[in-house]
Parts: sequence; structure tokens; C-alpha cells
Amino acid sequence: MANGTTDQAAAHPSEAEGVAREPLVLNNRSFSWVTNQICSIVENRQPLGWWFLFIPSVLLAGCLGFTLVYLVSTGVGVWGNNQPVAWGWAIVNFVFWIGIGHAGTLISAILFLTRQRWRTSVNRASEAMTLFAVVCAGIFPGFHVGRFWMVWFLAPVPNANAIWQNFKSPLLWDVFAVSTYFTVSVIFWYIGLIPDLATLRDRARTKIRKMAYGFFALGWRGGNRQWQHYEMGYLLLAALSTPLVLSVHSVVSFDFATSIVPGWHTTIFPPYFVAGAIFGGFAMVLTLMIPCRRIYGLQDMITMKHIDNMAKIILLTGSIVGYAYIMELFISYYSASKYETDAFHLRILSGPYTPYYYCMFFCNVISPQIFWFEKARKNLVVVFIVANFVNAGMWFERFVIIPTSISIDFLPGQWGIYHPSWVEMLMFAGTFGLFLSLFLLFLRFLPVIAIAEVKGVLPQADPHYHDWKKLKEGRRAGA
Amino acid sequence: MGNPFPRWTNWLPVQIVICLGALGTVVTAWVWYTWTPKYTRVGYQPNQPIPFDHTIHAGQVGMDCRYCHSFVENSAHSNVPNAQVCWNCHGPGKVKSDSPKLEPLRQAMDTSNSNYTGAPIRWVQIHETPDYAYFNHSAHVNRGVSCVECHGKVNEMPVVYHAKPLSMGFCLDCHRNVESHLRPLDEITNLDWEAHDLDKDQFYAYLAEKTGKPADDLKEADKNKELNARLVGARLKEMMNVNPPQDCAACHR
Repeated sequence: MANGTTDQAAAHPSEAEGVAREPLVLNNRSFSWVTNQICSIVENRQPLGWWFLFIPSVLLAGCLGFTLVYLVSTGVGVWGNNQPVAWGWAIVNFVFWIGIGHAGTLISAILFLTRQRWRTSVNRASEAMTLFAVVCAGIFPGFHVGRFWMVWFLAPVPNANAIWQNFKSPLLWDVFAVSTYFTVSVIFWYIGLIPDLATLRDRARTKIRKMAYGFFALGWRGGNRQWQHYEMGYLLLAALSTPLVLSVHSVVSFDFATSIVPGWHTTIFPPYFVAGAIFGGFAMVLTLMIPCRRIYGLQDMITMKHIDNMAKIILLTGSIVGYAYIMELFISYYSASKYETDAFHLRILSGPYTPYYYCMFFCNVISPQIFWFEKARKNLVVVFIVANFVNAGMWFERFVIIPTSISIDFLPGQWGIYHPSWVEMLMFAGTFGLFLSLFLLFLRFLPVIAIAEVKGVLPQADPHYHDWKKLKEGRRAGA
Repeated sequence: MGNPFPRWTNWLPVQIVICLGALGTVVTAWVWYTWTPKYTRVGYQPNQPIPFDHTIHAGQVGMDCRYCHSFVENSAHSNVPNAQVCWNCHGPGKVKSDSPKLEPLRQAMDTSNSNYTGAPIRWVQIHETPDYAYFNHSAHVNRGVSCVECHGKVNEMPVVYHAKPLSMGFCLDCHRNVESHLRPLDEITNLDWEAHDLDKDQFYAYLAEKTGKPADDLKEADKNKELNARLVGARLKEMMNVNPPQDCAACHR
């Protein structure tokens, strides 16, 4: 135990029976090792790499603040979007970030309900990533309305203007869908954090730490009754947020699908957007977790098995997305609608944004196909590169859908090419700064892995673990 | 483990909730009351260069609004009269031409006045539609909307003040419920008009004349109904086909 490992001879009953499964935590780690390993990240000084990432991230987030102030003080004309392309990078970036936010709920809710025990090591970080991605996403439509201080008009509040929201508009559904998603995700994430916050409180050395973690731990003592209520609450929240995984990006896709613009007016959008969101979300989880597990030495908890599983999900969802791309082309051909076929002709052959289409296609459909090979799935360099291709590809996808469709539609009088201005570009870069700053602060102050849950998947957590151990020893002695 | 919090913190959550609740209530009530045009606009009563008394002109003398605000029926903008209009009655040797209160008028019009400038009188604007809202006076007064609906009983105001909020909600209240705000076209500038003063026979004769339908038939259809403002409005709405727009682009063009 001194070296942090338990008796090597003791294995999980399932292994003893010969149905070998890769263990979720490697090297037979003990309960205390898990606690120490995760809490020490928060309790010790951050490694140099953290500072190397944090300082540029904060500076970049400052650029976001600057561009927002510049935008509000000067006016929305500093962006490149105008008629006919009124939805430029702002909406592209919104959909991009919202999509990234989907892996968190998928891992935390759906994988929980389906008893996928491997989720425990990655759920905390991906839920945090979800929240930060939604924060970044919310900035864009908020400022895209033009007069930011009028955003409260989106809320159905009785007011002196006697105006009410247009409930027929998917843009309003979007506001409700995203804010519901954010609220439920925050609650879900926080509920999951409570036992670990109590652990940090109990380990805290300074008074301020004790009080801060103590405040947020809500008086958690770890008694049986508390655990009983906690687990029921967590299960119910998981059930509540499961539909959200499907609803949020479906509603985002309605922003486009319910319009009559060729290239947007497509019934395939909701499932295609949801698959794409999960696809992009997992890519971002991998992008963050691969460096993270290495910097903080978490390889025993976030194992190659986890990476392998996520790579498989990327392969699956990437192929669904690829199917959707091809089906869109087929439907536009099969519709025999002149505008529809023209829109896709411009998209893939002779339009102003055609290169974006092929970037998208390569990144999202071709590059993940390498995950058919186990060797690729278990090679961190390959996984990291493909994940970043997917990150880029999902941005290209939204760009291909949004400006391409509205730059050239029905009437030649409405044709126009869209170029982003430097403000939009800096803003988008700035959201990466904000996202990374928030994530790095999360790593600094909160347990990156759900300590209590990981302990639950250790073999020692099995109530019959010691019986098995004795039995095994007895057999060995008998033999 | 021990308790990280001192004893006095036990009451802290309750205290915080009470304070936040009280603060929230006060802020909400304050915003609700003071941020609306009902508070910010109604009652605005600036001093005018000439203390023009509407109670005398529109009330006692019984002048029609349109004598001075002469373009209201033809134009989007209802004009404030120029000095010449005042001069028609208050010129040399006419009504109160020597009154010291009319000095700004003499400066504008009387070339024999030693202070003559010829510059217009600087009336202070009271009712102002913002630039982003399109409002057309002629569209309203030619469809049975009286001056009084938006400006109040100006004939009872010694000094004109902002009587109604003229907020967007105020506009929409009428656009959504126009029946309660219409009157026969020849009563538009009669600020004291009440629907129950209307003579039933005269009203149906008026409707018959405008619509070309027999007055008796129209009257027969309403025989069990009281002739109140709502019924008058509803009949006039049908007669003139009044359909006030409620879409954003109606006013925010």
C-alpha cells in the first residue's frame, strides 16, 4: 500500500472468472491513491505548463473583451456581415461552440443511464468544458442582436412597450433551449461536485480554503442517507438532461431548417446537427484531456481504453455526419428543385466558398476513418491530430451551411459575398482564450476527475471484493 | 474534520435571503414605476415663450384645432402655427395687440417694433415621436381617431402638458383595441365629445350616407344594443375598414 498499489494478486471477480475486461483504473490503485492524486492537483502549485497556457489564454480573452467594447461603442457595422449575409461568423461561431457543449451532457447523462462505467474518469472535465463552451456560444447571438442592452427583450417580461415574444420563431426557441441546457448542466455538474468538494474541504489546510470548499460542499458528511438522496437526485437529473442532448441542437438546427432558404430548408438537419455536435464535442474533450492527463499524471484513470472509446464514438458520429452530407446532396438532386440543386451546385462545385466544403469533408468524414484501426485509436499523436481536424472541420461545416446558403439565393439582386472583418476574427480567437482560461481555472480550483465516482469503479468497491480475494488465496493455497 | 464555520454564520443564509429579497423587491418596484414613459413623460409642462392659453382659444372662443394646426389632416406632421397665424387675430389694432405677453409675437411680425427680428417664435416641443418610430397624423385623424386620444383635453389646459404616456404600449393598446377609440369624422376635433351624446337617428343616417346602405336596416341590426363608444367604434371600424397594423414594420420602418 505504501507505493500506492494494492495486492497485485487481487483482481476483479470478472477477471478471476476469465472474462477479461480492461480495468477502468490501471495498476490496482487504492482509494487513497485516487484521492491524493486528484486532490493534489488542486492543492499543490500548478506545473509550469499551466502558466504557459493560462497567461496567453487570459490575454486572448482580453482581446474578446476589447472587441466587444469596440463593437458596442462603435456599432455592429464593425462586423463584416450585412445584407444578404446577415448571419456571418457570429452565428457560425455560436453553433460551433454550442455543438462542442454537447459531449458533456452525453457523457454525464446518457452514458450514466446506460451504465457505461468508463464515463466516470472523463465526465467532470467534459461537463465543465460544456459549460464553458456554452458561455462562449452565448456571447455571439447576444451581441448579434445589435443593441446588446436590449437582450432582455428575449425574456417574456411584461413591459411598457407592450411587446411579447414571437413564439412562432425558432430563434426564440433557441434562447429557451440554450438557457435551459445551461441551467440544467450547471446544476448537474454542481450536484456531482458536492462529495468531492467535501473531500477538498476536509483536506484543506488554510481557513479560507476550508470555508470556500465548505460553503460549496453544502454540509456534505458522506452519511448513508446523504448518499441515498444524492444518488437518487443524480439519477433523476440524468434522466431530465438526457432529452436535452437531443433537443438543444435540434432547436439550433430549426433556426435554419424552418426557413425557406435553399441549403437550410432540410428535414435532415436535426439528427445531422445532433450527431455533428456529439462528434465535435468528443473531439474537444480529447483535445483537452490528452494534454491534461499527461501534465497531471492521470494516465491510470484516463486510460487508453477511454481514449479508444471516445475515438470509436468519433468514428461513429463522423460517419453519420458523412452520411448526412451525402444524403443532402442526393436530396437536392432528387428534389429537382432548381434553387435547391443550384445551392448545392454552388456549394460543391463552382461557388465562392467551395474550398470550405472540401476542407469540411476531409476533416469530418475522411480523417476520422483512420479510427477503424485499433493502432490509430491507441496512438495519442494520431488521436490528437484527428481530434483537431474534427474541431476545425466542425467549424467549416457551420460556415459552409450559413454564409454559403444565403450569399446566393433566389434573386440576383440579393447576391453578395461575405468576408469577416478583423473584429470578428479577433472575437472568435478571443472566445478560445476565454474557454481555455475558464478551463484552466477549473483545473486549478476543482477536482478534474470525479473522485467519489472513480472509487466506485475500483475493484475494492465491490462489497464481495474481500470474499473473492480470500477465495482466491484459498484456492491458491489448496493448489 | 471539525466545523469550518463559526457559530454566527448559522443565521447568515437567512439574513442574505431577506436582504436580497428586500433589495430585489425595491429595485423591481422602482424600475417598474420610474422607468416607464408614464413616469418619465407624463406631466412635462415647459414654459412657452408666449403663455398661450388653450382654455381661452380652444375652450371659450371655441376655435377649431385645425385653425392653427392646419396640416394635421393632410400631413404626417402636425404643424405648430407660424407667427403669421397668430398675427391674423393679434395684429395691430386687433385682439389684445398691446399685451406685454405678446412681445415675442411682435418681435417676429411687427416691422415697426424696435425689437423686430423676424425670427420665428421658439415654441418648446412637448410631444416628440422618436426618430425610429414613424407616426402619421393624417392617417389617424382621417380614420376617426380624435386629437384627445393622444393629447388629452388640451381645451382645458392653460399651459399644455404631456397628458398621455405615448409609449409603445400606449400605441399598441389602441391598435389592438381600436373599437374603443373611434368617433365620427366630424367630431374629431371636438375634445369634449362623448358617445352617449350621439343622437341615434343622426348616427345611423351618417353611417347610411357613408356606406350607401339604408339607415333603417343598420339601425334594426343594433336595435337591442346601447349606443356606447364601443358600438360606435365598431360600426365606424366596419364603415371605414380600419385595420390598424400591429407588425413591427408598421412604425419601425
